[in-house]
Amino acid sequence: MVQPLDTLRETASQTSGPYVHIGCIPTFAGLGPVYPEDLGRYAIEDGAKGQIVTITGSIYDGAGWAFRDAMFESWQCDAAGVFPGQDGADPNVNGFCRFAADGETGEFTLRTVKPGRAGGQAPHIALWIVARGINTGLQTRIYFEDEDNDGDPVLSRIEQRHRIDTLMAKKTGDGAYRFDIHLQGAGETVFLDM
Amino acid sequence: MSDHGRLIPRDRTAHPAQYDPDYKTAVTRSPNLPLLSLPSTVTEETGPVFGHDLIRPLDNNLILNFTKDEGPAIGERIRVHGRVVDENGRAVPNTLVEIWQANAGGRYRHVKDTYFAPLDPNFGGCGRTLTDEAGHYEFMTIRPGAYPWPNRGNDWRPMHIHFSIFGHAFGQRLISQMYFEGDPLIARCPIAKTIKDRSQLDRLVAPLDMGGSKPMDYLAYKFDIVLRGRRQTMFENRPEGL
Repeated sequence: MVQPLDTLRETASQTSGPYVHIGCIPTFAGLGPVYPEDLGRYAIEDGAKGQIVTITGSIYDGAGWAFRDAMFESWQCDAAGVFPGQDGADPNVNGFCRFAADGETGEFTLRTVKPGRAGGQAPHIALWIVARGINTGLQTRIYFEDEDNDGDPVLSRIEQRHRIDTLMAKKTGDGAYRFDIHLQGAGETVFLDM
Repeated sequence: MSDHGRLIPRDRTAHPAQYDPDYKTAVTRSPNLPLLSLPSTVTEETGPVFGHDLIRPLDNNLILNFTKDEGPAIGERIRVHGRVVDENGRAVPNTLVEIWQANAGGRYRHVKDTYFAPLDPNFGGCGRTLTDEAGHYEFMTIRPGAYPWPNRGNDWRPMHIHFSIFGHAFGQRLISQMYFEGDPLIARCPIAKTIKDRSQLDRLVAPLDMGGSKPMDYLAYKFDIVLRGRRQTMFENRPEGL
């Protein structure tokens, strides 16, 4: 026998199920005004400094179907690379946003500021994905194809270099980007364990 | 120890496998390729902060919050309470806990739920609260019903309440489900059984807590939650950000 450790094990994850919207974005789910406003509705407020970007995308299952019931959360720093809560953060950048795949089209949209460089990392937005059939929330990141991504400590650890492309938001217009997520298949998105 | 620093790497054996053929939707929604495991960075070590101004008095009372106290929800009145701590056993204070659930008949108030159990006009099915300084939280609600779902020929979900917990770092983010002591459907549920470590599944089953109940009013169930912790070492010496 040995001494017992004092550490606890993390509570096991379970799928969010198809009705995650009820709990997290009830107004979106059609429950009416249980709360005054859904949490995390806006990543930024008016007056946020930096380039406003709109990122649109879909999430595809292994059959190539853009499924409709996913919910996303994003977390990022401001345009100067400072996270909300840190000294000097842009007060108009919430950093956190919740959004969902559209029930009809499966498309999601995130409107935010393009983040700066934080901690020696290329500009990126952390993304957390939950849905029916996803047993533990999936972590990934949105990078930008038109930024300098050299030397980023996460991207540089992706052995199969062509997979870096799965984390790149593609520029589709002025301030407009496309970011599709593939859970399986040749273009499977790189998911993180950080 | 401060509320900063690297997160303890996630012990994936504590969690369900992504791929589980008995939970059919997981088959096409589970990544095939391995996750890329890396130390946390400032991105995962920081997270949104929600203040007490967000929470209104009825937000954690699902019996009353849908009708704004005009009429109570139908069902067995219960109090669900517990503590949020991290892997180091430290309380996680002032963190947002959100729950959602079916009504007493096993029906969600959601456009996609077509089960023919009736909707309760007095029940919405969501609640939220912040933990106190010691990590405690509590909800008043009704016991949710079990319900059938399309998976294998005759699968039923046990009574359960969905939990969403933030912690203080985006890398601590967790969604799970609370089950009820004594429910025979737990052992038959393909979603509960995505957790292969029996002791980890047992920890999602809330015991009846007579001491936390109120005579002639409600029963109580206790549900404690453990989030990822931060590395506790006196020898921390790392380059900024990674």
